[in-house]
Amino acid sequence: MAAIAIEQPRRTRGADTARGAKRVALVIVGLGVFWGLWEAYRWIGERLGLTWPFTVDEITMPHIHEMLSALTKPLQPGGPTLLHYEWQWALFTGKEALIGFLLGGAIGFALAILLAHSRILRRGLLPYIVISQTVPILAVAPMVVLGLGTKGVEPWIAVSVIAAYLTFFPVAMNTLRGLLSPDPRSLELMRSYAASRNDVLWKLRLPASLPFVFSALKISATASVIGAIIGETPASIQDGLGGAIVNFNQYYSTAPTRLWATNIVCAALGLAFFAAVLIAERLVLRRAPEHVA
Amino acid sequence: MNATQPAVSIKGLSKSFKAGVTALTGIELEVRPREFISLIGPSGCGKSTLLRIIGDLIEPSEGSVEVNGKPAHRARLDHDYGIVFQEAVLYDWRTVSKNIALPLELLKWNRERRAARVRELLELVELEGFEDNHPWQLSGGMQQRVSIARALSFDPALLLMDEPFGALDEMTRERLNLELLRIWDASGSTIVFVTHSIPEAVFLSTRVVVMSARPGRIAGIVEVDLPQPRTGRTREEPRFFELVTQVRELLAAGGAEVT
Repeated sequence: MAAIAIEQPRRTRGADTARGAKRVALVIVGLGVFWGLWEAYRWIGERLGLTWPFTVDEITMPHIHEMLSALTKPLQPGGPTLLHYEWQWALFTGKEALIGFLLGGAIGFALAILLAHSRILRRGLLPYIVISQTVPILAVAPMVVLGLGTKGVEPWIAVSVIAAYLTFFPVAMNTLRGLLSPDPRSLELMRSYAASRNDVLWKLRLPASLPFVFSALKISATASVIGAIIGETPASIQDGLGGAIVNFNQYYSTAPTRLWATNIVCAALGLAFFAAVLIAERLVLRRAPEHVA
Repeated sequence: MNATQPAVSIKGLSKSFKAGVTALTGIELEVRPREFISLIGPSGCGKSTLLRIIGDLIEPSEGSVEVNGKPAHRARLDHDYGIVFQEAVLYDWRTVSKNIALPLELLKWNRERRAARVRELLELVELEGFEDNHPWQLSGGMQQRVSIARALSFDPALLLMDEPFGALDEMTRERLNLELLRIWDASGSTIVFVTHSIPEAVFLSTRVVVMSARPGRIAGIVEVDLPQPRTGRTREEPRFFELVTQVRELLAAGGAEVT
């Protein structure tokens, strides 16, 4: 019998590069459009004297090129540039976020495996897990910092714990969904082989959950950065981006571009985390494109 | 395995579901080793349920099922049967080779032994060259052949097939029918095959078990005396049409709407 011609994997290195270039070009065009809209709104707003929803002027909407150039100017006369400081802050906050991300990811993953194996635990624990996320992080953060502080834990580790608090939830929820995603036939097949619970977990449930896990990790990657930034505020940590934001907020009316520049750095840090997860996903999941969530 | 011992022995079997629906009642059936048995009947006659009871995937309400002289539960734990569903049920993160090797991994075969066995099976189902492809890169017919290779991987004495070709087009189906007979002959296994196609049942089987619905029971059994091996020509023989008619009439007598 002649084998039917099948579609071979279509990707080639050349096509991949072309696609990558196209994607980068689109991002640059997108940034350009955003820049144009921002400047256009400012220009029109100033001409028309817009006061609603806010007054458009130098303070509320600094030029984007001024935000960027603020990075290249010294923070104090004769001292290092703002960018130099931002880099240090980003490394510090990045460390907190990374530890929080790993901690939260591990906790979320373990929790999902536990819940996937027991309907009773699912019924009993899930509401509390959901409630944990309805409590404002701003209320939890000082308690964590103070509570851990009295145990002699370094403040930045307390911040990581706050980042983990934001991270574990999406991971737990999505992983649980992924672990429960195999269809009845796939499970019946395992049953026909008299497979043990462990075998079903390792050979079926975990591999089936991976696309869900990566979806969650993408959410958690940015959430952990936000968690770290917010966590620094009650901890009064001055070495990170959160501390810088609090600081620059106080001087906003005289130097708004510094706060904006810091926002851009925060966004870049979040994007870097997101991109790292994306690359990991590409490396781990080599399956049908439509199955990659 | 004892040659005189039945491959499957079903006595006084009935199955009711919680909702009070009687799916099967008074089922008595004995399948001899090396037989190719088809279960045919209208939808709702419980043929798939019966297959799943043989495989100990669901439990009967009454009666007993023995596979190779053992209770069905014991037989499942001993890996006495392989199963093929209507959908191929391949794990799409695994390559063709790894899908076929899945039961062997569960049976703790070592890597070399698995690889050797997978090579044999790829040859058996004529999928050499596709071992590193993923399921989504294969046609439906090829996927189903992978599924059959997987079911045969650990050389079970019994093969349970639940409408394995039901989702395929007619031409692929006829070709896979011939292939299945070749595999049946080569593997020496017993096959219990669920289908709703009369010609398919007659073409493949040594006996066709005709079932009727509500409640599901055996309406009659047709011995298929067509010569072996069956070929493309078998479908054109007068005896083939006679047997098809016989099955059709049994189905009609059992209350099925036969078109």
